[in-house]
Amino acid sequence: MSENIKSNTSFLNDAGNRALLFQAVLLVVVLAVGYYLFHNLQANLQTQGISTGFAFLNEPAGFPILIHLIEYTEAGTYGRAFLVALINTILISLMGIVLATIIGVIMGLARLSQNWLVARLATVYIETLRNLPLLLQMFFWYFAVLAALPHPRDSIVFGDFFLNKRGIYSPNPIFEDGFGVVIFGFLATIVASIGLVIWAKKRQTRTGLWFPAYWSSLGIIVIGTIAFYFLAGSPITFDLPEASRFNVKGGMVLVPEFVAVLVALSTYTGAFIAEIVRAGILSVSWGQTEAARSLGMRDSITQRLIVLPQALRVIIPPLTSQYLNLAKNSSLGAAIAYPELVAVVMGTTLNQTGQAIETIGLCMLVYGTLSLSISFFMNWYNKKMSLIER
Amino acid sequence: MKSNVGKILSTAAIAATISTGAAAATLDDVKAKGFIQCGVSTGVPGFSNADNKGTWSGIDVDACRAVSAAIFGDADKVKYTPLSAKERFTALQSGEIDILSRNTTWTYTRDTSLGLDFTTTNFYDGQGFMVRKDLGVESAMDLDGATVCTEQGTTTELNMADFFRKHSMDYVPVVVQKADEALSAYASGRCDVYTTDKSGLAAHRSKLSDPNQHMILPETISKEPLGPVVRHGDNQWKDIATWALFVQINAEEMGITSKNVAKIKKESTDPGIRRLLGAEGNMGESLGLSSDWAYNIIAEVGNYGEVFERNVGPNTPVGLPRGVNNLWTEGGVLYAPPVR
Repeated sequence: MSENIKSNTSFLNDAGNRALLFQAVLLVVVLAVGYYLFHNLQANLQTQGISTGFAFLNEPAGFPILIHLIEYTEAGTYGRAFLVALINTILISLMGIVLATIIGVIMGLARLSQNWLVARLATVYIETLRNLPLLLQMFFWYFAVLAALPHPRDSIVFGDFFLNKRGIYSPNPIFEDGFGVVIFGFLATIVASIGLVIWAKKRQTRTGLWFPAYWSSLGIIVIGTIAFYFLAGSPITFDLPEASRFNVKGGMVLVPEFVAVLVALSTYTGAFIAEIVRAGILSVSWGQTEAARSLGMRDSITQRLIVLPQALRVIIPPLTSQYLNLAKNSSLGAAIAYPELVAVVMGTTLNQTGQAIETIGLCMLVYGTLSLSISFFMNWYNKKMSLIER
Repeated sequence: MKSNVGKILSTAAIAATISTGAAAATLDDVKAKGFIQCGVSTGVPGFSNADNKGTWSGIDVDACRAVSAAIFGDADKVKYTPLSAKERFTALQSGEIDILSRNTTWTYTRDTSLGLDFTTTNFYDGQGFMVRKDLGVESAMDLDGATVCTEQGTTTELNMADFFRKHSMDYVPVVVQKADEALSAYASGRCDVYTTDKSGLAAHRSKLSDPNQHMILPETISKEPLGPVVRHGDNQWKDIATWALFVQINAEEMGITSKNVAKIKKESTDPGIRRLLGAEGNMGESLGLSSDWAYNIIAEVGNYGEVFERNVGPNTPVGLPRGVNNLWTEGGVLYAPPVR
């Protein structure tokens, strides 16, 4: 019977075949256009005498970078400079995300507060920061921070800490032999506390008895690590900062560029997150809280076990896009001398080598990967938190 | 962000419009549209700076005006595109501008690998350092440990690194995207030192609220020949931009100024001067220009000396001495090939 139908229908009239055909034609067209553009670009770059290719990544860069978490000198290559900038971008993005989340949760809860003053202050904060351009806020923080601080010669000093226009100088820990023992101790206490949490959960399911596993874990990790530190014979010494001719020398320094970008990014995104948190909490019906109370749950447990898990389902998807925004907005740091990807690669490297297409391509690749990773992680978390229907 | 978007767009423009840009003659395009698109700085007094009415002036602006006078007989057929240091080459490569006249240093890499051609030098400069007077520094060799502010995407960044490495001195680099913000950072005390070309230091110092509190250190740490840049491969256009400047230098050497050029054209019997001003022969033809092209440059813009005095000379706020930017007959290095 089915064979009969097939033979009666022309090939092109079959919906399935037609869909496949269109897909194939589209694919060919897209590939052809892509190839044409690429070929055209290559040919024309050559006629214009503009260098192409990624060979420049192995050439010495010759320029300095203010903040480098890995070893970098002017004699390093463009590839190394790219890596330094990449790490700076990831650093500011991750720290920004953590801080923005903390600020956002606090401000979101504050705006819901019964206390009139607290709620109004949170409203003013959110509405002001959400409605001013981020670049403007960055300049504000940068130049405000610089204007407020004293010159290096009149540094504010607290013991071994110095504060001036060049940054916050603090003792720099130097890890000596035996520090591995401390790391081992730290990891061991973490494993122990995970075991404790699992045991506490099992016991609670079995007997209904409750054990403060999280607080105990924190205690085990902190006290345990400190104990290991002294057992290993205090294997950390400090490089102390000291005043010198121009600046404070030595120690560890937190430069104003980093602080300004971090503050601007986290307070700006924090204002958006505050609204998302507020929306999430308001989305959980009051009946849920009442039901929990009628079962005799304490308020903190009601919040943690009833309201928050339900609110999170509303919060996570828009939160993801705020995280993505923050990571991409970190590129504005270039304007105030924070040496992130756009500044180092699309700024200096592009200008010294003239290879616009390669450098911008690299940057797009990095931002694409960074955004997709954040997105991937948040989607996983969203799935974990979503309602499991049984 | 705006500049980044601009850069991406202009890169896309390279990719998309490069096929039309490479082969076409810039002169024909310019004649057809009726003006020159000139890439300048975002504001360096004396070189390219807009006043409160939006009128641009400066040595680099006059380089574009001279080309305009040569082509159109009118120095004002120029439209300006202010560019930051890191945007400038992309803007020229993509055809967004016809000529880049933005105190740009002529270097080997730029000339050979960017698809660009340097025309000639309109200002011989060198990199220097500016410090606050109360810092008590007398020489660049005292700068060990200093924090240094500079603009991103310039030869300055590399020279600074080379200088400190060569003398094994420590320093902290603060590299800001735009010159104005780099200067603000210096003014606010973020840095001990501001570094760029010495002419730029003089220009920027005049912008500070208290110029007398700052001094320029005596050392010159690099050679910075600054001049207009055009796209590689359009020889006619490069010749026009090059000879527009040579004409101004020759005019100064011959004593021709914007004030006496009309009189000299009428009365002179010197065949060299008559050829230059188009009273005899047709020197403009080989450039695709009219015979009075050089006359127009001198009448509209003036000779090199006039341009220098008007924009950066001792009587301007920038106040630079002629120094090496003087005629070879006066002890400088300006030596233009003869017009014949």
